[in-house]
Amino acid sequence: MLKAEITAKLRAIVGEKHYRDDQEALVAHSYDGTPMLQSLPDGVIYPSSTEEISQIMKVLSEYRVPVVSRGSGSNLCGGTVPSEGGVVMVMHRMNRILEVDMENLTATVQPGLITAEMIAHIEELGLFYPPDPSSMKISTIGGNIAECSGGLRGLKYGTTKDYVIGLEAVLANGSIIRTGGKLMKDVAGYDLTKLLVGSEGTLAIITEATLKLIPPPKAKKTMLAMYKDIYGAARTVSKIIESKIIPATLEFMDNPTIRVVDDFAKLGLPLDMEAVLLIEQDGDPETVERDIARIREICELEKADRLEVAESREEADRLLTARRSAFTALARLRPTTMLEDATVPRSKIADMVLRINEIAKKYNVTIATFGHAGDGNLHPTATTDARDKEEVHRVEEAFAEIFEASIELGGTITGEHGVGIVKAPYLEWKVGAPGIEVMRGIKAAFDPHNLLNPGKVFAKESRKRVVLQHG
Amino acid sequence: MGETNMMNKPDIKHTNPLAQTLLNKLDYDQLTNCMRCGFCLPACPTFRETGVEPESPRGRIALMKAVADGLMDPDQVFQDQMNHCLGCRACEPVCPADVKYGQLIEQARDAIEDHATHSVPVTGLRKLMFKGVFPKRGSLKLLGGSLAFYQKSGLRKLARGTGMMRLFPDHLREMESILPDSTSRGVIEQVGTFYPAKGTPLARVALFRGCIMDVMFAGTNVNTVELLSEAGFEVVIPKEQVCCGALHAHSGEMDQARSLAKINIDVFKDAGIDYVVSNAGGCGALLVEYDHLMHEDSDPEVRENAKWFAKRVIDVSKLVVEKGRIPRFAEKMSEQADVTVTYQDSCHLRNVMKSSGAPRQLMRSVEGACYVEMKESDRCCGSAGIYNVTQPEMAGQLLEHKMEHAATTNARYMLTSNPGCLLQMKLGIEKHKPPFQMEAMHIVDYLHERLVPAEDRNHNKS
Repeated sequence: MLKAEITAKLRAIVGEKHYRDDQEALVAHSYDGTPMLQSLPDGVIYPSSTEEISQIMKVLSEYRVPVVSRGSGSNLCGGTVPSEGGVVMVMHRMNRILEVDMENLTATVQPGLITAEMIAHIEELGLFYPPDPSSMKISTIGGNIAECSGGLRGLKYGTTKDYVIGLEAVLANGSIIRTGGKLMKDVAGYDLTKLLVGSEGTLAIITEATLKLIPPPKAKKTMLAMYKDIYGAARTVSKIIESKIIPATLEFMDNPTIRVVDDFAKLGLPLDMEAVLLIEQDGDPETVERDIARIREICELEKADRLEVAESREEADRLLTARRSAFTALARLRPTTMLEDATVPRSKIADMVLRINEIAKKYNVTIATFGHAGDGNLHPTATTDARDKEEVHRVEEAFAEIFEASIELGGTITGEHGVGIVKAPYLEWKVGAPGIEVMRGIKAAFDPHNLLNPGKVFAKESRKRVVLQHG
Repeated sequence: MGETNMMNKPDIKHTNPLAQTLLNKLDYDQLTNCMRCGFCLPACPTFRETGVEPESPRGRIALMKAVADGLMDPDQVFQDQMNHCLGCRACEPVCPADVKYGQLIEQARDAIEDHATHSVPVTGLRKLMFKGVFPKRGSLKLLGGSLAFYQKSGLRKLARGTGMMRLFPDHLREMESILPDSTSRGVIEQVGTFYPAKGTPLARVALFRGCIMDVMFAGTNVNTVELLSEAGFEVVIPKEQVCCGALHAHSGEMDQARSLAKINIDVFKDAGIDYVVSNAGGCGALLVEYDHLMHEDSDPEVRENAKWFAKRVIDVSKLVVEKGRIPRFAEKMSEQADVTVTYQDSCHLRNVMKSSGAPRQLMRSVEGACYVEMKESDRCCGSAGIYNVTQPEMAGQLLEHKMEHAATTNARYMLTSNPGCLLQMKLGIEKHKPPFQMEAMHIVDYLHERLVPAEDRNHNKS
């Protein structure tokens, strides 16, 4: 609980009912979408404007109180768990679309806006905002920017960072900065816009964003290919790209996922398949037809055992069901679901999946893998029970080894979920000690007293790398 | 998961007696199954209205778990929050982990009710309604009769005329003004206990008449019987059936709900029927979960019979569409353009009985009518059992938004499938007055009025 002197000042800024420190508010802001992490804050504040946030930060920095800014708290890396107490700043009152500029094709929005609501509005105006994280029905634009969320369309259209072109943000000391703008070209100094995207609330509090919009594709086609040989699926992915075709969606599910999904959705999927690829192409109708025909040839060449091309929207939806059910089907297996996002170069997908399966076997844990094959972003998903400490420990050990394998294959520990608390011990494996030093320097320049989302990204202690046993 | 998982509840002795009851009554496996992904938040009406985490299913589950784990006390704020949930269960179909939120909220309310200290008048009213009125046919008929007397004798006129109604809080006064004409003549008094099928019978079905339905909407029950007969079903209406117990269960009176369920299960088992038909989403949703309600009963036969019963419960629209001979429906030909019709889902019908396509299919089949989907038709209207009486402020907000969407449909008829929703829609129309003529009706009444009898169809053909 904060001193009465501080809470009085905070209440004076936002109004009596927009600062809470009763049990209910503290418990309800002690967690996010990450399993097994919970920590109570000292208070919860709901600001309504940039000006209020600036004043709040002046008070909090004066008293050295940490602050965790958050949207809906749906992230999977512990990014918004107030592990060091302090104030949780919830952005949901700042949820307006400030402007859609049809001349410059930009949208200027507040951070608390739900991503799907913004997309619905943009689409009504005949425009397209491609980043589509699976959580978009509840996650906020501010949260997406803080974590640099990806989604299914990352391969062709990029991720959140490719669409944020301007930001307004409040620094730890309360000063307000504006970066970028409605500009497709801007090299005035360091690119602070890109630096803030994916900074996980550790550098500044984002209060407004200008997003790039693009015209929507005119047509779309969906197909499904199944393989008994996982390398056949992997070669298909590589060959599609080699043929200079960039599909809008190129999703992958491994055998354990296929089994779980089929059991859940009763789709009659062949259970002896080692891999399923869900492929979608969008664009001009002629291009889509031509690309899909070519992709089909490649699938046949690589000995796909089953091939289905949807001829209608309903058929496409049916094909999409398998991939869409993956998370749900896995989540129902056991009480606790741990979803990671190790990412490797596209060409290493098959190697990575096989390594994950070996690791799961070694630690005797259940891990199924699905994900975005086109951009090498995999979601090894472990199902366990938080109450079984021994098994949870084995799962954690397995994941450490999966991160190790990912780095060895030229990949990364996280492709789109962020570092947060969960992957902080592994960050050094990816960026090295000098990398951590530079990042710490940047952090200190923005936030000298370590008040913005402390305890995230940087671990108190990095994990020692395990020596892998092959074979 | 419950039966296979041997690791169960945390080994804690709470000093707060309510916390201990909550730990005992809450299904700890379900609390653990919530992985806090947040997918339920956009589906939750109270979260949508307030935007704050404690007003969401994820937030409420976190609060329940925090109490069970000894992280917080079940203070008044906690208890109010549990009662602030509509119980619409829109969070369940969107939950990836299949958390049984409806069961958790009922367990929480049941525990709270065990320790409740209601004021004397509230205790008296609860006792009168839950023990004296809903479970007893005689009392209900008496209530229906008194209501009818009140409405027809001029007492209502007197009450309204003298301004006596002004003594009541706003929301109760508004409710009174839209109550339909009640009757002491229920469906059995009007059509008997058996009604034959038109044509070869496809199945033998039993009507669950409901308690409020049979007093305030007895006509809808009669229409349901005739519609079922037209669709090819032989209908029985067991005389000894009692209240389903939903209002008890939602208000934390679980033991009462269980004893009512036991009576109903026996009565319908004896009737030798293929289906138990419900025309009220609120009742149907509890009937379809009698197996869960009775799953801890010590008598295995009771548990088996409860399963038998639950498997046979079906919504009237779904039964007609999936198993019946769908009758022909037509608007009166005097209308020049197609008559616009829209629909408000009953939450429990949609989220628990999983019937949302069938009513729409029937409405679309009406000749001369044009079905328009209302924006957010799947969102709770705020009626939610007795929620609009106990939580008038939130219910009022939800209704206001509902009527904004209703106004954009231009619909002549606003149809629904549950008496509570129907009353709430009537209230909405009365209070927010859409800029065109709109009438709220039960879907069965609407369809029954537009039924083209089989003989006419043959006649037309020849």
